[in-house]
Amino acid sequence: MAHILDERQKQVSVAGLNERTIDCNKASLAGSVSQRACVFCGSRVVLYPIVDALHLIHGPIGCAAYTWDIRGSLSSGPELHRLSFCTDLQERDVIFGGENKLYASIIELIDKHQPKAAFIYTTCIVGVIGDDVESICRRVEKEKSIPVIPVQAPGFQGSKKDGYKVACESIFKLVGTKSKPYTPAKSINILGDFNLAGELWILLEYYKRMGVHVNATITGDGRVDDICNAHNAALNVVQCSGSMNYLAKMMKDEYNIPSMRVSYFGIEDMSDALYDVARFFNDEDMMEKARQLVKEEFVRLMPQLAWYKERLTGKKAAIYVGGAFKAISLVKALRLIGVQSVIVGSQTGTTEDYELIKQLCDEGTIIVDDSNPVELSHFVKEKKADIFIGGVKERPIAHKIGLGFCDHNHERKEPLAGYEGMINFAKEIYATAMSPVWKFTKNP
Amino acid sequence: MLLRHTTAKEIDRKALTINPAKTCQPVGAMYAALGIHGCLPHSHGSQGCCSYHRSALSRHFREPIMAGTSSFSEGSSVFGGSANLVSAIDTMFTVYNPEVIAVHTTCLSETIGDDLVQIVSKANEDGLIPQGKQVIYCNTPSYVGTHITGYSNQVAAMVKFFSTATPKKRNVINLVAGWMEPSDMGEIKRLASVMEARTIMFPDMTGVLDTPLDGHYKMYPDGGTTIADLKLTGDSKFTLGFGPMSTEDACIKLENKCKVKFEMLDIPIGFKATDRFLMSLSRHANLPIPDSLSDERGRLIDLISDSAKYLYGKRVALWGDPDTLVPLTEFLVSLDMKPVYIVTGTPSKYFEERMPEILKDIPEAKFMNGELADMFRMHQWIKQEGVDLLIGNTYGKYIARDENTPFVRFGFPIADRPGHNYFAKVGYNGGANLVKQILDAFLDHIDRTCLEEKVEFQL
Repeated sequence: MAHILDERQKQVSVAGLNERTIDCNKASLAGSVSQRACVFCGSRVVLYPIVDALHLIHGPIGCAAYTWDIRGSLSSGPELHRLSFCTDLQERDVIFGGENKLYASIIELIDKHQPKAAFIYTTCIVGVIGDDVESICRRVEKEKSIPVIPVQAPGFQGSKKDGYKVACESIFKLVGTKSKPYTPAKSINILGDFNLAGELWILLEYYKRMGVHVNATITGDGRVDDICNAHNAALNVVQCSGSMNYLAKMMKDEYNIPSMRVSYFGIEDMSDALYDVARFFNDEDMMEKARQLVKEEFVRLMPQLAWYKERLTGKKAAIYVGGAFKAISLVKALRLIGVQSVIVGSQTGTTEDYELIKQLCDEGTIIVDDSNPVELSHFVKEKKADIFIGGVKERPIAHKIGLGFCDHNHERKEPLAGYEGMINFAKEIYATAMSPVWKFTKNP
Repeated sequence: MLLRHTTAKEIDRKALTINPAKTCQPVGAMYAALGIHGCLPHSHGSQGCCSYHRSALSRHFREPIMAGTSSFSEGSSVFGGSANLVSAIDTMFTVYNPEVIAVHTTCLSETIGDDLVQIVSKANEDGLIPQGKQVIYCNTPSYVGTHITGYSNQVAAMVKFFSTATPKKRNVINLVAGWMEPSDMGEIKRLASVMEARTIMFPDMTGVLDTPLDGHYKMYPDGGTTIADLKLTGDSKFTLGFGPMSTEDACIKLENKCKVKFEMLDIPIGFKATDRFLMSLSRHANLPIPDSLSDERGRLIDLISDSAKYLYGKRVALWGDPDTLVPLTEFLVSLDMKPVYIVTGTPSKYFEERMPEILKDIPEAKFMNGELADMFRMHQWIKQEGVDLLIGNTYGKYIARDENTPFVRFGFPIADRPGHNYFAKVGYNGGANLVKQILDAFLDHIDRTCLEEKVEFQL
């Protein structure tokens, strides 16, 4: 593996062949073409789907422009989150400070849109010029009587993962501030589903069929009032644990709400998610309904999946996604349709995640943390992958090499979660892996 | 009703930008740097900047975009990013082996006051820059100007670092490409080669951001202006700059440094701007305009005349960058259309000077540039009185849907339609492509929405 930077050797491992634990959570090497982003990015993507809050970015225009309507987090009501608001800092503001501009902007926006809460994101430069965003937020909060929460997210303070933590802290400020008159006893909060392509709505339907009340969705199709009341739920069900574990932990410490980690991708993990909730409430009726649901879906799904499996068996996939827990589900989901995962990587996985992946994967699978395009394209060739699963920056490279591609990130257009998501996933993998276009990539 | 928050009443805003018609400098610098052959752009700042810019360009061009980042940490923001940049330069030359690294700054590295001159010379003294390779740089603070400023700064840096005057002058015309698509650059080069003019285009994204799929990934695609050519620009006999906002600075620097005189042209959108370009090239290269180009022009005029009744009097709203908006507006006026609302987030004297002249016969036209000239304002104007057509980047799709208005995509970013990097909108053929897109948008809209009894086979 000569194409791996020396300094990065410890961030790559091979299942079954070497016993090296992955050295992750390291800052990216300066100069490497990292696929990672920053603190601001992490906080912004997590808070973005709270649809009735105001999201104002305090900084130069870029940070706002690049996060304007960037992920398909669908709303069943308000669309305020899809607009881009920015203080658009200019040179004079950098010199004299942007506090007045920030104050005027928040006031104007709250008067105009009457949001339920406001998130004020500070960017790199605000961290350096030292605007006192906290005190402005406190002042507006008093004047306007809504929560105005500073999201301290200067990009240089870490990677995207650190941004998740900042987002969790911001959400936690809302939790427990209001109680609804009545919250059913068997109620859960869904943490870490962002309602991409309407995935959350599928889950809500499943839980409804089981008789589970969903109290707050954090943050997919999120509502400020629900989040304020989140402390009244009996259980936090956490997906995308990279982004939301920290919130679950804080809620456990403060409100003694237990949490469980789930994944909604693939039949196995989806079913486990439902069973685990029923088991938690120790409710035989609920469990029976869950069994019934899984059975119905299973019977409906299997013949369809069998069709895909027959045709896809022998295909090899490379996975490079943001969170490692998702990667684990993907390995299992791909196995269901006969596809072997030969490369598994993530931007923000933990040592435990990578150990789990190692145990799960076939011998020889390359496991990698914080990779870059050069590495990935070498690995893909070495392992003769047919399909790549990743995000926006990986797609064009995969295509250039002549690989199929499935976006399992912000740009997915069909829901990939739940049982119907599994069918969509199979369909997408099939369509891209078997596309006739790959027969024509070489000149005759 | 995605934009249900927009009301017809214009609100007096003191400080706030809503739905910007611009983005920040570094992405422009990154785009321009990709027009040098074998160049790896480098973002001197936090990781997020680089990631956002690569994603933005990747979404637009649907091509791999490579760039390094200094990956600033808390420490670098306190002690300066010098160590990060020096080790980044080392890493990049060792691992990715580019011909050139083009460093641009960010708001963070500018504010903490990193001195690129000193940092790069230290990297050089330390022997981290291999023989024959080069590190160029420009300052692109995000809080000054816009993406266009960043592009302009990067192009000027190409002159600063490469252009060299020798006693041996060459019969070559420099073509300095403003912010346009690779397809447009290709079309300008084609027009010049039909005239048999010898030219050097820089930057040149053809063959970089429109590459064929052949089963191989090339980190450095075949296209882009070579270093050798960039050096030779100092010996050319004349320079044509396309779009003053993105190229005038480079043209002036080239004249000062190498005494190559220049003429500032509009990006050749529409037949008038294309006429001016070809006549200028003909004059400075001392070559006739061949009949084949007159034929191309004639075909465009023919297309317009055949459809004139559908174009006449149509109200158009457009947004984007000054360098494209000015000739585009001129073209629309010459099509007998009425560009009534024009917005750019890029502050521009060029825009302010040219628009009143172009729009002198359309008294109802409103145009605005700079801070607070954003898509929210554009939508408010449209709410006050509607338009027949929208022309601009993908951010117009919300307005198009809410107001049920035909929409032609033009500019940056276009994240939801392919092909803009393949099919030119400059030159006579590009003009025909644009007119066809405008007519398709109108006529499809009419066919879909008119009364049943009015649907007709022929138009």
